[in-house]
Amino acid sequence: MPSLKDLKNRIASVKNTRKITKAMQMVAAAKLRRAQEAAEHARPYAERMNAVMTSLAASVGGSASAPRLLAGTGSDQTHLLVVMTGERGLCGGFNANIAKLARHRADELLAAGKTVKILTVGKKGRDALRRDYGQYFVGHVDLSEVKKLTYLTARGIGRDILARFDAGEFDVATIFYSVFESVISQVPTAKQVIPAQFEESEGHGSSALFDYEPSEEAILHDLLPRGVSTAIFSALLENNASFNGAQMSAMDNATRNAGDMIDKLTIEYNRSRQAAITKELIEIISGAEAL
Amino acid sequence: MADTMQFDLVAPERKLASAPVTEVRIPGADGDLSAMPGHAPLITTLRPGILTVVSAAGTAEYAVTGGFAEITPESVIVLAERGMPKAELTPDVHAEMVAEARKAVEEAAPSLVDAAMKVLADMEALGTHMTL
Repeated sequence: MPSLKDLKNRIASVKNTRKITKAMQMVAAAKLRRAQEAAEHARPYAERMNAVMTSLAASVGGSASAPRLLAGTGSDQTHLLVVMTGERGLCGGFNANIAKLARHRADELLAAGKTVKILTVGKKGRDALRRDYGQYFVGHVDLSEVKKLTYLTARGIGRDILARFDAGEFDVATIFYSVFESVISQVPTAKQVIPAQFEESEGHGSSALFDYEPSEEAILHDLLPRGVSTAIFSALLENNASFNGAQMSAMDNATRNAGDMIDKLTIEYNRSRQAAITKELIEIISGAEAL
Repeated sequence: MADTMQFDLVAPERKLASAPVTEVRIPGADGDLSAMPGHAPLITTLRPGILTVVSAAGTAEYAVTGGFAEITPESVIVLAERGMPKAELTPDVHAEMVAEARKAVEEAAPSLVDAAMKVLADMEALGTHMTL
């Protein structure tokens, strides 16, 4: 049985922990709001970009001169997995879930005899994958110094990937990130960015009426690299919102657990205190009776 | 024909402008062009330059680099990789953009050097134009 002093110390320490987790939760909530706003603001650009590229791809896609970014290299031997995770932990299963999805895909590809290369964005993903897949790592992007995610950050990553593609280092690139659905639900997602894939557009038949200046192909050439950067930028923003959402709910849980623990410890503390008082009383009474 | 059309200027990070306008002058890759309500549908890429927007409220100017514009009879949507109100384009920002373009020229693959050179020239012209 721990002494009264021990119990008191433990309660104080759990209370401190609760304060910290509570503060982290509030910080995450504030950041989440900003991250969501950023994601919201970025949406129109990505949507228009996609719509235009989809219609362009539909008209150019079939021709033999289609850009390699769209048509692919004609092989799917070498896969580049871009694993985007957070820089920090304390966010529940957020990082682990993304890493798990990437791990799953890597195993599948390896089993199919493909070559796998891994580019990690964010420290946690690298740490999670290093032990089993360390030999496949081709690079790492550190975002821990980046205070605010801007398009330039994404473009830097995009250019890195494109340079690797031009150098013939891989045939297919897939990015792994988490889609923010709600504070309690972040869905790890894999999205192929090279060669570009477009969802079937719904009712985009009017696009054929457009004039193109310069040519459709020239525009597509110009847009595809931007499309990659845009996809990465959206992924980064989604990831950031997911991270903060995950951290917020993780810290909410932690705060609640700390509260439960404090309640339990307080009851134990009070019991022991009363037991001690009762014991002293009994000693005094029996002493008095003995006289 | 309507007197105005919907104009949207969208950068990756935020929507810069959205308003009914009467005329938009766009620095297209193949030359400047002016879009007014009822313009034939057109998609064009942009070169670095000044985008001028005329509306009932007056004239607004934006510096844009790269991206494309989608013009329909009722609307103009400009997706600029980097866009800002002209007032925000200070010499510092411009110098940074020129330096970046210059770096792109150096790093460009042989087949793309011409394109990168053009971007650099346009970027520098933009500065001269604004007498930065």
